Amino acid sequence: MPFATVLLDGVSYGMVLFIISVGLTVTMGLMRVVNLAHGAFAMVGGYLAVILVRAGVPFLLAALLAAAAVGVLGAAAELAVYRPLYRKGELAQALMTFGLVFVVIAALTMIFGPEIKPLPVPGFLAGLVDVGLRPYPAYRLFLIALGLALAALLWWTIDGSLYGARLRAAVDNPRMARALGIDVSRLYTLTFAAGCALAGFGGAIGAQLLPLEPFYALRYLVLFLVVVGVGGMGNFRGSFVAALALGVLDTAGKYLLPEAAAYLFYGIVLVLLLWRPNGLLPSRAAT
Amino acid sequence: MSAPAAAALSVRGLSKSFGGLAIAQSIDLDLERGARVGLIGPNGAGKTTLVNLLTGTLAADAGSIRLQGEPIDRLPPEARVRRGLARTHQLNTLLPEASARDNVALAIAEREGIGWRLLRYARRWRACLEEADAQLESVGGAGVADRRVAELAYGEQRLLEIAIALALRPRVLLLDEPAAGVPKSEAHAIHAALERLPAEVAILMIEHDMDLVFRFVREIVVLVQGRILRRGTPAEIAADPEVRAVYLGRSAP
Amino acid sequence: MKGLHLLPWLAALAVYFAAGGYLSLGTQVLIMILFALSLDLALGHAGIVTLGHAAFFGFGAYAAGNFAIHVHGDPLAGLAFATALTGLFGLATGALILHTRGVTLMMLTLAIASLLAEFANQAHWLTGGDDGLQGIRMAPLLGAFRFDLWGHTAYLYSLTVLAAWFAVTWRVLRSPFGRSLDGIRQSPARMHAIGTPVWRRLVAAYGLSAAMAGSAGALSAQTTRFVGLSTLGVLLSGTVLVALILGGTRRLYGAFLGATVYVVVQNVAAELDPFRWMLVLGALLMAIVLFLEGGLASLGDLAARALAGRRAGK
Repeated sequence: MPFATVLLDGVSYGMVLFIISVGLTVTMGLMRVVNLAHGAFAMVGGYLAVILVRAGVPFLLAALLAAAAVGVLGAAAELAVYRPLYRKGELAQALMTFGLVFVVIAALTMIFGPEIKPLPVPGFLAGLVDVGLRPYPAYRLFLIALGLALAALLWWTIDGSLYGARLRAAVDNPRMARALGIDVSRLYTLTFAAGCALAGFGGAIGAQLLPLEPFYALRYLVLFLVVVGVGGMGNFRGSFVAALALGVLDTAGKYLLPEAAAYLFYGIVLVLLLWRPNGLLPSRAAT
Repeated sequence: MSAPAAAALSVRGLSKSFGGLAIAQSIDLDLERGARVGLIGPNGAGKTTLVNLLTGTLAADAGSIRLQGEPIDRLPPEARVRRGLARTHQLNTLLPEASARDNVALAIAEREGIGWRLLRYARRWRACLEEADAQLESVGGAGVADRRVAELAYGEQRLLEIAIALALRPRVLLLDEPAAGVPKSEAHAIHAALERLPAEVAILMIEHDMDLVFRFVREIVVLVQGRILRRGTPAEIAADPEVRAVYLGRSAP
Repeated sequence: MKGLHLLPWLAALAVYFAAGGYLSLGTQVLIMILFALSLDLALGHAGIVTLGHAAFFGFGAYAAGNFAIHVHGDPLAGLAFATALTGLFGLATGALILHTRGVTLMMLTLAIASLLAEFANQAHWLTGGDDGLQGIRMAPLLGAFRFDLWGHTAYLYSLTVLAAWFAVTWRVLRSPFGRSLDGIRQSPARMHAIGTPVWRRLVAAYGLSAAMAGSAGALSAQTTRFVGLSTLGVLLSGTVLVALILGGTRRLYGAFLGATVYVVVQNVAAELDPFRWMLVLGALLMAIVLFLEGGLASLGDLAARALAGRRAGK
């Protein structure tokens, strides 16, 4: 039944979008930093995973290691180039990160060349699984399971926890937060690094759906931004729903109206953003 | 009480809730021409909220607002300004890069309706600049006309807020804590400017500085938790036991 | 001081007479200057953060190209058509999105530019798709001046259009309207409080900026007789952003400086592969944002201040 396939395809695609974009909703939503280079971090994660897998590291481990590495890169970037711009406003941040994207794209092309780098999934994920109606790729089911697990984990860590409360306090009133003993600088760096690590992880495990090539960072940037925008900035539930909705929308569009799909997608996104500029779901925190 | 038709600003049943919290509860208020009314109340009482509801920055849930008899509830903030309702802000919203004179001149240009003029400019803009100088002088700020707002002392910035509001030639002026945060040394300039405000303008002033309130206003409205508790002359309010309990402190003499 | 105003224009004319072999590069520079100038109006002055301004450049380019192919090859008619149509497009999209601010607005500009780019990719009948719009034949300018191979007509044509738009911009920025735009950029709350219909002003500014960018695109189509998908791309949006920031926003000749430096250096670096160029471009943008906020044009200010400081004695 094509409907079920399209739905599952869309949901698994949406899960990848969620895993990558959730880091962006944290940085742009909670930290209020405009980070147009988020896609670049995801891309670098993917490329690092490719290197590791080629060196013989098992797929999942490679993805996790790549994520950790991207987290470290993210922390370094935060200290070096993001921090000086917190006070300078959105335009400055947008411009700087835009430049960063160009730098990363160029660097990766120079190192790896412009072709798509495939990241083969391990044997146990490469096969088909019978889901009752018809055999379905195990890899995509894996993505769905992973996305759900991650969503649950994040919900549990951020939404309900002290970390989440600290982060919110630090963003809303850094001076007050410091007075309460919260190390705001370290919190920012850690959070930013976590966001980048998630992106890197998503870039690695999602490489079959979002192919790795140097323009990945620009090509899918709008997609990630849109997930965050439609979901509501800083809103985890929102970005989860938005990622799934947009994933299904995009997949269904490509299946039903292959020629019009691309711009109809953006058209719908436009409508959604205009209708609900603050995101589809109401934010839990009453700002 | 004067007849509503003569009121510069007439508010009936103004209400607003956020979530489950009622921040304005069925507020009735009249400001006659030339009124000098002080709005006081404890922190969180909803004073600035009321001003925001009057200016249209915040949309009311219910109630009506009439400016000189004309309803303005459906108008966006900038339209209310053009009808004659001006305000100053508790936290400055001045244009930081522009000079004091330019800040005032822009207001005059909008008032004159030439804000949209694209091509012809020289003579009329110069007229705006000249009037801006006159406005600044009338509030005692002539010396700062050229200086960029970012370089002004805080007291001078507060004066500028008043000058800009005046330049709009309002019928009703809402002052949101005009002297707040101004050091004692600069406060007299603000006081002097307030005393020189045109007599026919109806003024509603939020203030915590009781000296200023008692000196400047002829009537006081006490707002507590979004509701008007009392309205009366300064003497009546000062003597009122309920007001004292809620606001001036139980230990007040 | 007034004499300094003539300098860029004299320089432009000097290039025409003295650097005959480089006129096509010169025309590229002039077109980029016009494009950057349009961005300065929307972004520099009105504070509309747009990451998709190439949408208007490409729109104007395709409009002018199609006009030449399907209607008439007269350059001025095509220019007028493209400018007007792009302006209307700008007004329409502006009216739609300028209720929002900050990051949401940024995303919307990106979404619109992406939408347009995807549409252009699909609409082969209108844009030629991947192959681009070809077969543009231009009639002689004003009936007399043919677009010659060495680009003499193209250069002077572009220079005149740039000068005309520059004059318009100059007046607009000094008008009450232009000043209110600067006010809106600095504090929309303040402008609301003095009765400014902020949204209306922003839409008007955006439309004007779009028309100007459309003119630049039209010039590009007419002088190169080709329009490719890159005219709508994110790369071009990034390019014009760099050019403007490089030269300095809100400066009389910031766009001139930045666009000239950018295009000239890019051509010099054309020997290198395009990706090394992206590296330089990106690094340059980062460096300027981090270290040189006012762009190159502010170097003059910095120098003047340093000299004044030294004279005052330390």
